[in-house]
Amino acid sequence: MKKSVFLGALTVAGLAAGAAAAGTLDDVKARGKLNCGVTTGLVGFAAPDANGNWDGFDVGVCRAVAAAVLGDAQAVEFVPTTGKTRFTALASGEIDMLARNTTWTFSRDVDLKFEFVGVNYYDGQGFMVPKELGVSSAKELDGATVCIQTGTTTELNLADFFRANNISYEPVPIETNAEAQQQYLAGACDVYTTDASGLAATRATFEAPGDHVVLPEIISKEPLGPLVRHGDHEWGDVVRWTLNALISAEELGVTSANIAELAAGTDVPETNRLLGTEGTLGEMLGLEADWAVKAIAAGGNYGELFEKNIGEATPIALSRGLNASYKDGGLLYSPPFR
Amino acid sequence: MSDVSFVRTEMLPEQDPPASSVGVVGWMRENLFSGVWNSILTVISGVFIFYTLYGLLSWAMVPTWAAGSLNECREILHNMGREGHLAGACWGVISERWEQLMFGFYPNGSEEGTADLRWRPVLAFVLLIVALAPVLFADKVPGKLIYLSMAYPFLLPFLLWGGSIWSPIAVAAGFGVGYAAYRVIDGVAGSLAAVIGSVVAAILWWLFLASPVAGLLADIIPLGLEPVESRKFGGFMLSITIGVVAIGLSLPIGIVLALGRQSDLMIVKSLCVGFIEFIRGVPLITLLFVASTLLNIFMPPGTDFDIIMRVFIMVTLFASAYMAEVIRGGLAALPKGQYEGADSLGLNYWQAQRLIIMPQALKISIPGIVSTFIGVFKDTTLVSVIGLFDPLNLTNAIRADSNWNGIVWELYGFIAVLFFIFCFSMSRYSMYLERKLRTDHH
Repeated sequence: MKKSVFLGALTVAGLAAGAAAAGTLDDVKARGKLNCGVTTGLVGFAAPDANGNWDGFDVGVCRAVAAAVLGDAQAVEFVPTTGKTRFTALASGEIDMLARNTTWTFSRDVDLKFEFVGVNYYDGQGFMVPKELGVSSAKELDGATVCIQTGTTTELNLADFFRANNISYEPVPIETNAEAQQQYLAGACDVYTTDASGLAATRATFEAPGDHVVLPEIISKEPLGPLVRHGDHEWGDVVRWTLNALISAEELGVTSANIAELAAGTDVPETNRLLGTEGTLGEMLGLEADWAVKAIAAGGNYGELFEKNIGEATPIALSRGLNASYKDGGLLYSPPFR
Repeated sequence: MSDVSFVRTEMLPEQDPPASSVGVVGWMRENLFSGVWNSILTVISGVFIFYTLYGLLSWAMVPTWAAGSLNECREILHNMGREGHLAGACWGVISERWEQLMFGFYPNGSEEGTADLRWRPVLAFVLLIVALAPVLFADKVPGKLIYLSMAYPFLLPFLLWGGSIWSPIAVAAGFGVGYAAYRVIDGVAGSLAAVIGSVVAAILWWLFLASPVAGLLADIIPLGLEPVESRKFGGFMLSITIGVVAIGLSLPIGIVLALGRQSDLMIVKSLCVGFIEFIRGVPLITLLFVASTLLNIFMPPGTDFDIIMRVFIMVTLFASAYMAEVIRGGLAALPKGQYEGADSLGLNYWQAQRLIIMPQALKISIPGIVSTFIGVFKDTTLVSVIGLFDPLNLTNAIRADSNWNGIVWELYGFIAVLFFIFCFSMSRYSMYLERKLRTDHH
């Protein structure tokens, strides 16, 4: 009898959870703040400054969504999540969206019941070695000691790569990127492997970055993107099209500098539709007509966000590569605003 | 008789000890160079200590306090002629971020329209020392100070979280309600009914009356501090807050559990044993994961059960279970005669515990209790696994700033020194207390 009451209560709670989760957009508007899950700190992607203000590439996506929905890029509550807590935080409703350099994989999308709304950074796993080793390809790494973060997909990718090429390696398990830097510099391992963006950021901190090379092989696909809960399609659309607005803005030449001018009306119909001077796209999303204007004005278009946080002018100095617009030979391609 | 005397009739004057056995030389001969092997060991240890200190100090004593990034540090060191991976410390990161390591994201007035509120945690911890004084150094401070100690549990959340002053007062009033109920029922129906009645009255007050009354009073006289969200807590402030709450609550709960475990009442005993064994059988990190993830899923949506509050509860439960076993050890060490003596004096159970058993059992348990305290304080760093910004997790966030990426030892060293100061003071205090409470007159 007691048990059935308890189960009944759980069922009611579960049903209520389903019902409440249906209206994240309304919840966010009512709350006046967007709860955005970020990492506890990753160079270029999300980091708090000395005053506790968050900045970075993933943070830029959060701020754009907050600006689109609430009209205020500062109306974000950043919830730091770890690799272990991020998915439950999203599933339980503690956060409205997760922008935490999370790889879009089949099982996360299908089995964990999340919805990846797009890709904001195409990453892949690479290798870094000291130049004096004289290695020019990862296939020459037979018998090398490799620093590798345990319990990550990079560990599995590494095993696959070495097995496929029929060469051997000796893993040096490490827990964090900081530990890896120390081990690698102390010579505890010949090779450090992690996502290429992470390698670039790590290399940039070395005293003599020129003494280390990132090998040309990229051995995995790591499409990183923001995600929301399954089943709340209105909210998923808002986040997806905010990301697309940032990408389209770059394609259309809309920047944070010229947006005030363009928002008054242009000769390009798609720009007009994006910026809300033509059509009713904002209304369809349940937002103001100038939602995209606010989103782009918050931190600039995709290209501006990239250059400001991780681009070639920053210490991380990542080139656009796969993350260039499709017009420049990259993979970024936003569906049309129509 | 011959007048030759074979026995000296007057004492020789005392002579100074030989120069080689007193002073610095004597001490060294006795303690450092008392034999060949000891001399060799002394020399080897001396060389080892010298090299360690030399390396450490030449790394640490560098003028990099004003540097704004790791590269600036390297430039300063380069100009000094030092190169290499461990050429010198980069203290710029501490000078820029020490406030963050102390207070986390507690409002510091940098955001527009906000005030610097960091005086509140500072005041809370200064008051903590004052409030602890009557408990820790009872013979050296005026007795009236105990009222501050009693008010402190309500003052601490008010200062840290802010909000209306009436909420902590309403919570405190619950104890008054309970006491009043005890007095009233005691006169009518006896002491057991009075205890039950007072607990029920207090719980009813807290559940149904406290918050409307506090709301009403806040409407009439709006007094309070600006509220601060738990998410803003971080750094040592977070560690100390969790530590103080867990330490402060685990001692009374632990005493109750230890007594419950020895009780003759079957239900009480099995409840206490079950609780203690369950909590001790589960790692703290698991409890923290339950607090951060599972509770969220089980609770009805929209319930905003503060994450720090959840951590407080879990760490307190964990510490209480360990405390209960430490105190049970103290109880078991008391000779049976003490219990029988208390009975023969006609004391009831609570009188015997308060006047005879507990003072002795707690005294025996002091080293164990303090070890548990120190362990709990250090365990607070585990909250980093659920994404709270304790000092260790903050180092990760600080390294994510591209100015400081690559800095490790400076941050960990700073945190280690602060933790050492706290833990070492606790340990010294426990030794002082043991000396003070010594009754065996050796």
